[in-house]
Amino acid sequence: MSIVAVQLGQCGNQIGQEVFNTICGDVRGTHGLCSKKENEAYHDACTERFFSEAESGVPVARAVLVDMEPKVISQTLSIAARSGHWKYNDQSHFCQKQGSGNNWANGYSVHGPRNKEVIMNLVRKEVEKCDRLSGFFTIMSMAGGTGSGLGAFVTQCLRDAFPTSFILNHVIWPYGTGEVIVQNYNSVLTLSHLYQSSDALLVHENDVIHKICAQLMHIKQISFRDVNQVIAHQLGSVFQPAHTAEASLHYSRNPLGDLMETLVPHPEFKMLGLRNIPQMPENSLAYSTFSWHGLLKHLRQMLIANAKMEEGIDWQVRPPCPGSSISSSHSTNKLLHFNTSIANLVILRGKDTHSVDLGSFRDPSLYTSWLNPQDAFNEWKTPRAFNKYEKSASLVSNSQFLLKPLDNVVGKAWNMFASKAYVHQYTKFGIEEEDFLDSFTALEQVISSYTNL
Amino acid sequence: MGEETFHVFLFHPPDGLLRIFLIEIVFCNCILWGKHEACCGRVHFKVFITLNNKKSKRELYSNICCLIFYYSSKLGMLLFFRSAGDGPDIYKGKICSLKARALLIDMEEGVVNEILQGPLRDVFDSKQLITDVSGSGNNWAVGYKVYGCQYRENIVEKLRKTAEHCDCLQCFFIIHSMGGGTGSGLGTFVLNLLEDEFPEVYRFVTSVYPSGEDDVITSPYNSVLAMKELNEHADCVLPIENESLFDIVNKIHHMVNSGKLGSTVKPNSLVTSSAGTTKKVQEKPFDAMNNIVANLLLNLTSSARFEGSLNMDLNEISMNLVPFPRLHYLVSSLTPLYTLADVNIPSRR
Repeated sequence: MSIVAVQLGQCGNQIGQEVFNTICGDVRGTHGLCSKKENEAYHDACTERFFSEAESGVPVARAVLVDMEPKVISQTLSIAARSGHWKYNDQSHFCQKQGSGNNWANGYSVHGPRNKEVIMNLVRKEVEKCDRLSGFFTIMSMAGGTGSGLGAFVTQCLRDAFPTSFILNHVIWPYGTGEVIVQNYNSVLTLSHLYQSSDALLVHENDVIHKICAQLMHIKQISFRDVNQVIAHQLGSVFQPAHTAEASLHYSRNPLGDLMETLVPHPEFKMLGLRNIPQMPENSLAYSTFSWHGLLKHLRQMLIANAKMEEGIDWQVRPPCPGSSISSSHSTNKLLHFNTSIANLVILRGKDTHSVDLGSFRDPSLYTSWLNPQDAFNEWKTPRAFNKYEKSASLVSNSQFLLKPLDNVVGKAWNMFASKAYVHQYTKFGIEEEDFLDSFTALEQVISSYTNL
Repeated sequence: MGEETFHVFLFHPPDGLLRIFLIEIVFCNCILWGKHEACCGRVHFKVFITLNNKKSKRELYSNICCLIFYYSSKLGMLLFFRSAGDGPDIYKGKICSLKARALLIDMEEGVVNEILQGPLRDVFDSKQLITDVSGSGNNWAVGYKVYGCQYRENIVEKLRKTAEHCDCLQCFFIIHSMGGGTGSGLGTFVLNLLEDEFPEVYRFVTSVYPSGEDDVITSPYNSVLAMKELNEHADCVLPIENESLFDIVNKIHHMVNSGKLGSTVKPNSLVTSSAGTTKKVQEKPFDAMNNIVANLLLNLTSSARFEGSLNMDLNEISMNLVPFPRLHYLVSSLTPLYTLADVNIPSRR
């Protein structure tokens, strides 16, 4: 089953290109460390998911590129074609000339309805090329105008046009000290609208990835390209084929469905976070060895202590003991910032995955009380190594990890809204103050649901 | 942006009256999609318009002729020019068939005529000029009421023609001074006109404010009357003050000639220099100052003309910096003013 990617805005297009690059590079690489048969099955599953065959033999990515100004799309298309190993379809892009000006209202109320027909046509064409559609994977940023505004509108249209397909929105959380002053407004409006039409929101925070680049990858001058490559690596480790628990003989055919089934049991809780371990510069890979035990211990503590990467984990945080009373565990939680999860998914790729014991993740104290750990925790495995890492583990988790950033963004947006700053720019295009208030209310609801886990 | 610079000139026609010059450049994101993959080579373009007499340096504010010609990619070039003609656009370093998307308005002919005789004659054609004979006499009312009513249809028609050549009109760029008659009077009238005729297009105004020592006596009146119009009708205003420009030029001059570090300053990197000139002309007093303004506008629009990993267009600048509709005055600064040629000298932090 195939996934159609919709790349929205400058951020979406740049990341999308890196994702396809990583996936293609991984599939073509010779570091599979597994049998030839396994490798071929992997290759076939991956190709079916992300690429379609063209006459020239070069795989064509199943993607629709949308932006309101032409520079980024032309750059993306040319970089992809230059690689020689994959490319985008020449017809599957749409761009306008004038941009959205970082204005959510412009993207949502003006560009959205105006270009709805054309964009949905492009999506339909891509969908018709698939034998079976697994769902949509949209990539966007929250801070800008096109990705956020037009992205929210397009997600709504996708939901209306394809009511039974899954929609996974990949959202980039802007830097705390971001370059767009109205990013908090844009973020609040985007999140509240996406929550209604999307099935799950997979979030990557720019600050976190930046830290990973600086401390783990030891990159001195971090460019957006480096950040995008780390994001692409993390996404690839989730979306590349893997064996689920039920179907351990062949690769899972329904990646998005399996993901949603395991991680989003309740429609109120849709925010997913991603952790990947190990992350290191490519030239150090040859000199490092890992054990599964060590990797998983770190991963578990990263989950519990809400750490973003494998350095600087706070080992003091422990899950509450099962026998303690409610009030004391609640206060201990607050003191030590323990991260309660709703559901977790661990994906293991590489050598000896069949012998790994994941019992530590099934501890009931990690999870909220209304879900059984048997249902809340799932694992996917494949013996085929990913992207030159001999062993790698990813954790996709639906937990409180995004609570603090979300609270921050809503707080800042509210402060700005209290003085009605910049609101005239949005009112100009049809987003009134009531819409802002509705968005704030919706997000406060989400925050309180997650806080009370 | 160190190597590519361009001149901006002030005009001092021989009769001694100070002239106000208004140039309007219509931007357009007019992109030839998909067909032009190759980038044009970098072309420097220098505009030289010789000054006629040697007025003192103290007449600093009055005339500005700001021409932005810079292109290194086809995309960027078509923002400011349109292709008019069958031959190649650039041949042997000379511009062949590019026309600027601009409208030049002045109520006195001398200045505009000089442009048409200079190296830029191919870039402008007569359909883009509006001139009169007598000037505005440093009187805002003459510029706004008298010439405004008289030339209204003419201006509207020429604007429409220029706008029709654009695939997608993004914004208007208005450059004028506040102290004189034509620039402030007729300039703000045109601003009004743009709001009526093209209400959805952004209007960026670059205004040159008079300094404390200018010699046009009525400049405070003109400035205040023009400011009222700017308040109501402009989307974004970039004020520029002559005195600051003069200070910057003096600082650079002092740096270059001071002898201590002077010899190690790269001559072409000065924000006021004129690298790659097409002919050798002595530097005139206002070249340096106008060059600073030109560099400023160049850098402001660079993200719209070139691809990058994070693009910030002009309408994004306006969106992010204007929290309330009437607070739209932006302060601009530029750094560095020069780069040092010797890499061993520790750079300033």
